[in-house]
This record gives sequence, C-alpha cells and structure tokens, in this order.
Amino acid sequence: MYFTFLLTIISLCAIGIAAAIILYFVAQKFKVDEDPRIDQVEEALPGANCGGCGFPGCRGMAEACVKAEDLDSLFCPVGGTDTMKDVASILGKEVKEQAPKIAVVRCNGTCENRPRKNTYDGALSCAIQSNLYGGETDCQFGCLGCGDCVSACQFDAIHMGENGLPIVDQDTCVACGACVSACPKDIIELRNKGPKDRRVYVACKNEDKGGIAKKACNTACIGCMKCVKECPFDAITVKNNLSYIDPDKCKLCRKCVAVCPTGAIQAVNFPTPTPKPKPKVSVKKDIDKEKAINKTEKKEE
Amino acid sequence: MNKIFVSPSPHIHSGDSIKKNMWGVVIAMVPAMILSFVYFGINALFATLTAVLSCILFEYLIKKFLLKEESSITDGSAIITGILLAFNVPSSLPLWIIVIGALVAIGIGKLSYGGLGNNVFNPALVGRVFLLISFPAQMTSWPIPTTRLSEKINPDMIDSFTGATPLAMLQEGIQSGQSVSSIMEQNNFPTYQDMLLGNIGGSLGEVAAIAIIAGLIFMLVRKIITWHIPTAIILTVAAFTGILNLCSPDTYADPLFHLLTGGLLLGAVFMATDYVTSPMSKKGMLVYGVGIGLLTVIIRIWGSYPEGMSFAILIMNAFTPLINKYFKPKRFGIAKKGGKK
Amino acid sequence: MLKTFKLGGIHPPENKLSKDKPIEILPIPEKVIIPLGQHIGAPAKILVKKGDSVKVGQLIAEKGGFISANIHSSVSGTVEKIADIKDASGYPKPAIHIKVDGDEWDESIIKDDNLIETISYEKEEIVKRVEAAGIVGLGGATFPTNVKLMPPPGSNSEFLIINAVECEPYLTADHSIMLKRAKEIIVGINIIIKATGVKKAIIGIENNKPDAIKLFENIASTYSNIEVCPLKMKYPQGGEKQLIKATTGREVPSGALPIAVGAIVQNVGTVLAIYEAVQKNKPLFERVVTVTGKKINKPGNYLCRIGTPIGNLIEAAGGLPEDTGKIINGGPMMGKALINTDTPITKGSSGVLLLDIKESKRKEQNDCIRCAKCINVCPMGLEPYLLMSLAENNNLERLEEERIMDCIECGSCSYTCPANRAILDYIRLGKGRTGQMIRNRK
Repeated sequence: MYFTFLLTIISLCAIGIAAAIILYFVAQKFKVDEDPRIDQVEEALPGANCGGCGFPGCRGMAEACVKAEDLDSLFCPVGGTDTMKDVASILGKEVKEQAPKIAVVRCNGTCENRPRKNTYDGALSCAIQSNLYGGETDCQFGCLGCGDCVSACQFDAIHMGENGLPIVDQDTCVACGACVSACPKDIIELRNKGPKDRRVYVACKNEDKGGIAKKACNTACIGCMKCVKECPFDAITVKNNLSYIDPDKCKLCRKCVAVCPTGAIQAVNFPTPTPKPKPKVSVKKDIDKEKAINKTEKKEE
Repeated sequence: MNKIFVSPSPHIHSGDSIKKNMWGVVIAMVPAMILSFVYFGINALFATLTAVLSCILFEYLIKKFLLKEESSITDGSAIITGILLAFNVPSSLPLWIIVIGALVAIGIGKLSYGGLGNNVFNPALVGRVFLLISFPAQMTSWPIPTTRLSEKINPDMIDSFTGATPLAMLQEGIQSGQSVSSIMEQNNFPTYQDMLLGNIGGSLGEVAAIAIIAGLIFMLVRKIITWHIPTAIILTVAAFTGILNLCSPDTYADPLFHLLTGGLLLGAVFMATDYVTSPMSKKGMLVYGVGIGLLTVIIRIWGSYPEGMSFAILIMNAFTPLINKYFKPKRFGIAKKGGKK
Repeated sequence: MLKTFKLGGIHPPENKLSKDKPIEILPIPEKVIIPLGQHIGAPAKILVKKGDSVKVGQLIAEKGGFISANIHSSVSGTVEKIADIKDASGYPKPAIHIKVDGDEWDESIIKDDNLIETISYEKEEIVKRVEAAGIVGLGGATFPTNVKLMPPPGSNSEFLIINAVECEPYLTADHSIMLKRAKEIIVGINIIIKATGVKKAIIGIENNKPDAIKLFENIASTYSNIEVCPLKMKYPQGGEKQLIKATTGREVPSGALPIAVGAIVQNVGTVLAIYEAVQKNKPLFERVVTVTGKKINKPGNYLCRIGTPIGNLIEAAGGLPEDTGKIINGGPMMGKALINTDTPITKGSSGVLLLDIKESKRKEQNDCIRCAKCINVCPMGLEPYLLMSLAENNNLERLEEERIMDCIECGSCSYTCPANRAILDYIRLGKGRTGQMIRNRK
C-alpha cells in the first residue's frame, strides 16, 4: 500500500524534473533578445493598458520610448509628468513638463436647457444615433446621451448624470482620451486641469447662427463676441459662431463668464463668492450675471 | 411631437420572441411527457413536477440573490431544462436527487456561464451526467412500465420491480458471450413495436419514440428548429450501426434497435438541437450531428456505459465554438472554395 | 414552380393597403423645398438666386460631378430663399425654397399624354437626354441613371432586368404606375435596350401583383426581346443581387457590380422617367408616392411634385392620425424615420408610411440565444449575430474577414431576431467604419 503511494510520488517528481529540464533548454534555445530597458520602462508605466498614449498598451509605449530619440512626442497621460520622469531616468533622456489634464464635457444641453423634440428608439449607442440623425433636440452638435463615453472609460471616471449629460469624476479621470475618441460629436475635450482644479471653458459646440442655436438650447453659445472683447489675455476666439477659450492662454479671470448672455461659459471649482462685498461674479445666478453685464456696459460707455 | 420615435430601419419586427420559441419546445415535449405518465404512473408526474419546479425556483433564487439581475423565469428556458432533466432520469429516482440535479443544471450548467445564451453545455445534460456519476446505483435502476408488467407480474409489486434497459440487456448479454439474435429472442426482451410505443424500461422521456417524433414534426412545422441536426444524427447512427451489423450480425445489433433505444431520439430531437449549445450554420449543424452520431455508437458499443447519447452531445457541445469558426454559411457571390477561411 | 432567389429571405406581412387605389394627382402646394442632394454623389450646384422666377421643368441646379444629377424646378414661382432644411438624413442640408405662383411649364416639355412609340434618337443622344433630365434610380438608391446606361468599356451587357418587384411591405407606388402606364414603360424598356445594346430585357414582378403580370405579359408578347418573369414573393427580392439571381440564376461576385455578370438593373419607375425624358423632354420633377399606414384614413398613391412637404401628402390622405409614433420616408424595412412632416419629397421617396406608437416602439433587447435564425434569413449568407458582436467591439479586421461589406442592409436579421436585438444598427455602424478603414488603406 505504502509502496504504491511512494511510487506515485517518486514518478510524478521524476516527470516534473524531466519536464523542467526540457523547458529550460527550450527556453534557452528560443530566447528572444530584447532590450532589457523595455521591461524596466514597462515596470515604471502605470500598467493600465488604456491606450491613452496612442500605443496598444503599456508594452507598446515602453518599446516606443526605448526606440525614440527623445521623449517629447511621447506622453503617458495616466502617470503624468512624474511617470515620464521615471521613464526618462531609466533611459537617460530628457522629458518636457506637461500640465496635468482632465476630460471636460463641452455641452450643457440638459433636458431643461434643450427641449427634446422626438424620441430616439434605436440601439443605445451615440455612434449609431449620430450616423442616423442630428439627435432628439434641434441642436445637432450637442450630447446625444447614450453614454458611449461611459462605456469607453476604463477607469470608471465618467457617468451619465440625471440631467442626461455625462459627468466626469475629476479625481479618477486620468485624461487617457478614450472618451474623447469615443464621442461622435467631439464634445469631450482634454483641457488643463488647472490650479486647484479651477477651469473656465465654453460648454457648447453649437456652430449654428445665434438665433437658431438659442432656439434649440437656452445655454448655447451664440457667437456674440462679447467674451472675445472682454478677455484681457486674447485667449478667446470665435469661429463658426462658436467661442473657444485657449486653456494655455486663459488666466482664469472669469471676466468672460460674467458677460456671457446665455451662460455658455462655465467656471468650475471656484469658491462661491461671499455675499458681503460687492456682488461679484457667480456662474449660476442669472441676476448676478445681468448685473455684471450692466456694469461692463456702463464701463464701455 | 415628443412622441415621434426615430430609429434606424427596419421599423417592423416579426413578433418572434425567445418566449414563443421556448414555449414551442415545451409544447413539443408534451406528448412524450403524457406517455411517460401513462407508462410510469404517478411517480413520473412527481419526478417531472419536482424537476420543473426546482429548476424555476433555483433560476429565480440565483438570479435574484446571487446575480442580482432581473428574473428571467418567464422566458420558459428553465421549464425546458426541468422537463429535459426529468426525461433523463428513472421514475423511481428519489425526489431529493432530482432537486440536486436541478441545482447543478441551472446553477452550474447555465447561470454560472451568464445565463441563457452564454452557456457552453446543455444544462439538463450537465445535471443528468452529474447525477449519473454521483448516484450511479439510483440512476441505473430502471422501472419497467406498468403496462408491460401487468402481463407477467402481480401488479402489487410494481413499486419494487426494476429491470434493465434494452441496451443494458444487450450489452450484458454480449459480454456474457451470447449472440445478438439469441438475446433478442429471450422472453423478456421488448419487440420493436414496444420500443416505438415506449413499452420498455428506461428514463421518463426516452421510451416513447413515437411521441418524440410527434414533437419533432411540431417543431419543424413551427420553424423552431431546422431538420439538419436530428437528421444528421439519425442517419449517422443508422449508417454506422448498419455497417457494423452487416459485418457481424452476431455482435452488433441492427440500426433500428439503436435508433429506438437509449434516448437516441430524445437526444437528437430535444437536446442536441438546443439553440445555445449547437452550431449556427447549416454546414456546422450537419458536422455536429454526424459527430454526435459517431460518438454515440462508439460509446454504446465499445464503451463501458450501455448508452452514450448524453456524453456524445456534451462532447460535441464543447466543439461547437470551433465548428462555428470553421464552418461558415454559404456566402452569396463567393465561389465554393472561398467560403471557408 | 415560380422563380426566386435561394439564400435566406423573409416573408413580412404585405400590408399593401393602397393596392387597388388609382394614382391621384396631388394639388400643387403653396411652397416647395427642393434639396440639392437628392442623389448619391456630389450635391448639385445652384443656378438660381433669391427672387428669381422659375418655370416648371427649369434647371435650377446642375450636376456637381460625374456622379451627380441635375435638379429642376417642380413648380413655377419665385425663389424665396436658399436655406438649410433637415432632410431625411436628419441633418441640415442646403435646399432651394420656391413660392408657387400658377403652373407654367417650360415650353420644351411636351405636355400631352399621347404615346410616342418610335425612338428617333441614337444611343448617345438618349444618354444625354437622361442625364439632362436629372434621372436617378427611383427605387430608393438614387444612383444617377445616365452612369448606369453607360456600361464600362469591355463589359458585356446581356440582360436588362426591370425591377418591378416592390418587395417592401405597404408600398404600391410602382404597382400603380405599372397598371396605369404599362405602354409607356414598355417603350422606356425599348429605349434602354437601344441605349445599352442588351439582347434581352426581363421584367421581374412578384406574384402578389397578378394584374400587373397579366398586363405586361400581354403587351410584351409582341416583343421578342422582352420577357416577363413572375417571381415568388420573398423579401428582399428587390435587392439588385437577389433580383439578378432570381431572374437569371447568376450570382454577382462579392464586391462586384451587376455588370460583372452582364446585367443592368433598372427600377420600373426609373424606366417611366426615362420614357418621359427621352420622348417628352420632361425632366424628373414629379413622382408617384404611396401614402399609407394602418391608421390613416385614405391610403393611396399620389402623383406629387418633388419638394412637396410630406405633411401635404398626409393631409391629402386624411391627416396625421392621433397616435402616430413614426413617420417613415420609404418602406418599413429600409425606409428612414423622419423627425417631422416638413421634410420634402425627393426623387428617391417611394412612400410615406405612418406607424402608430405601438407598432413603432421597439421591444426590449435580450441576450443572443444563438438560435441562428439571422443566419438562415440573411440573403447574403453572412452571420449577422457575429457581425453585430464584432461591431460592438469595433474589431474591424475581423469584420472585413467576415465580409461585412457584402451586407445589403435589408434588415431581415433584425426583423427576425427573437431576442429583439438591434443587429442591423450595429452592422451598419461596423460597415461604415470598416469601409472607412478600407478606403484609408488605399
């Protein structure tokens, strides 16, 4: 009886050892010579394999980093500058500082702001809806609300809000850009995260003429040029009836927010103004906005 | 205008649904079910009820409390699994064993893969094979139909009387050195008419060939299944056993015997044709059917189990993804050679 | 045994509600909106400006490329404005808005109804006249017809196949013109035979139109080179490749055009337009449109001017029913759902179909149960379930291998699916992306 057990154990061990020896020689024989730094770089990368760098996964990025002359055109949005510094130190190369970015949804066409004119009943996919027609509202540029961006996000950082628009979770978003390429309407943009997460941007993509845009959506950019005139830093341009704030030039002074007649310009994460001193600019309250507009008009006079 | 719907074409639908197809299969199984009640009495009714109810219950409980998904019991697929499971066990099987079989069929065979549409193996067969391996004694003691008993034995003894299936009798006989014809001439060996009508020992659903054929015709007329899989299985078994029978009639039974016994028809009609676990293209279905036929005969004749339908189907289930990959439907506008990749 | 195509196909309920209705002439609306892109290819270039007065049949926009078509005014009046409207594509597209004033036709158009049988033009002249008249495929594909009448050099055109199948449920526009204008259609066929030099013309008609089959068999019996081919009903028999297979037994190779097997396919409505253009010098500015739906009061076939808002047609048919859930430009299988009734009739509109809310709402989608019904109905022998999941995962290389570009978007798969899956929605998306990938590769 014991002999059977013993025999079993010994024979299994023998098979194992024999297999290990064969594997060792085979592995030696078919070894692929690879730059060992690729492994090191891959180690330094976050390992999310999100493709935000433009390569198929972190391995691809690591290979590209090792091969590249300089790292200027390569950037890991997930790890940010810190990771790229690590990579650079492994490879003995220089790296450029890049401001951390975040995905920003440039549409504010909630159910209240943008009335629904019909009901989409096809497959739940923005890409399919966008191929079919301009959408449930009169604004053909705005968010379709099927959540292609949500399913594209590998970091669970974007969700559909109750108002029908996607909401980016600014703590978990790593700016990999997956949602940007998933959105058929190009609504999501990667913008500088900003100091203390403060950002000012035009939450609209509507290129229709003012009247049409305003009719479709209460909070559409109507291309009135007020913000362009107001901006002291030349950060704002209007093209195709649509205003755009250059995130690199913008100094977050929020003067444009005050003059915007439709509230299309959003300022986020600024402290709410204390009520005591002169009524300063507030994003959401229309009364404040009107007052601010009056003020600037007086100034112009 | 808010109520105007916009969607891509097509704008109409045939009205076909999973429910309709599943209930169609259930209806197709009713004749065999009724005959099983006739032959095996109240035990058969209890076995069927236990299997169906416990399948539904397990599906509901697992969906609700483990997976936290919407209940899917109304689509009828759990009922099919339950009936098929009952069809595959002897009527004398203790009810608690059937409940275990239902748990394995629904829990492991179906929901662990993600529910209807995603399972690799036929759930009822997974349950059946599990029981066959775990409770071999109970699973292979076959009650003899009451109608058959009454001719020879005192009806009072019904509950305790069990016998072998024709296939098992044959296997035993051959192993003890008898020839096929001498076994078949024995007094207690059923005639072909008995086999057709189900007057033989066996599991609930497999005995009545004629009821299964009625179900097949119903499903073909309602276009629930296509003819490919059952035909391929039956023809393969007939051809294979026919060749063996011609070579050596003393050791191998004739094709008709093989077709009418051991759940071959039950498997070919109701279990191999399961949507989820069978190949999709017609060519693939034929390959799958031929595979099941060959494996069944091989297991029956050279294996240690007297019948091999369940194992053959499960093995071919595993090959289904591969068959789907290599046997594509005939493409329009492509010369015959280019059809395969 | 009647002929039909072999692979796949479905039998949706016919619902030809307007089958026995003769063609009614719709009153000219007060205003028409004529989009510049009514055909496949480049949009037409505008020739008029705001305030210009135009006559019926006057050229108002000329073709903007080789694959493009002229556009003529369908009414007389003044150009009100040139502005974008949301057409059937669902996106704003440029269009000419014309305010109607009277009904003055261009002098060169022969207005009477007399049949002109002698074809006094040569091949080139015929093609030129078809081109000038802005004729496109009226079956719905709207491919410029003059291009189709000029087979590429070296190709051998043997058959002209007239598509009189009208396999879409509900629609009867082609059926109604076949009954009313049969003689003109036969002359039109002779014109195309002359222009393309084919040996034989086959008129494919499904057997749900026995009156049309009988009528055409009678007339065609006097011509040795025209044959009527009754077909067994099956959708999508009106698909070019399916029709060629059904009538001649030939299979157009994957990726090739019908001319590869020597066939030219023309819709029966297009044939009539060709007759009118060549013999009567009448450009394409009106067409027959079926207005139908189960809830509509007066389903019928209406002859209306291009650019008429769909709302006018619905009014003529008894008004928009209370519980309308979907307004479809075309048939229920391949038509486009519209967002409102302001959309104008274009050259490719064969019908306006109204579905009620219950009919239009899609049912809830379930997991695929791998029943293989989509494979069995696919007329191109594809695996729709597989294409759908590959398209969902955006696996374009595999999609190309599985021949997604062969899909004719007939919708048989989505129609049949017992799990109500939006198969074609995803296949269309995948097909678009795969096509893009293939074009980029070149």
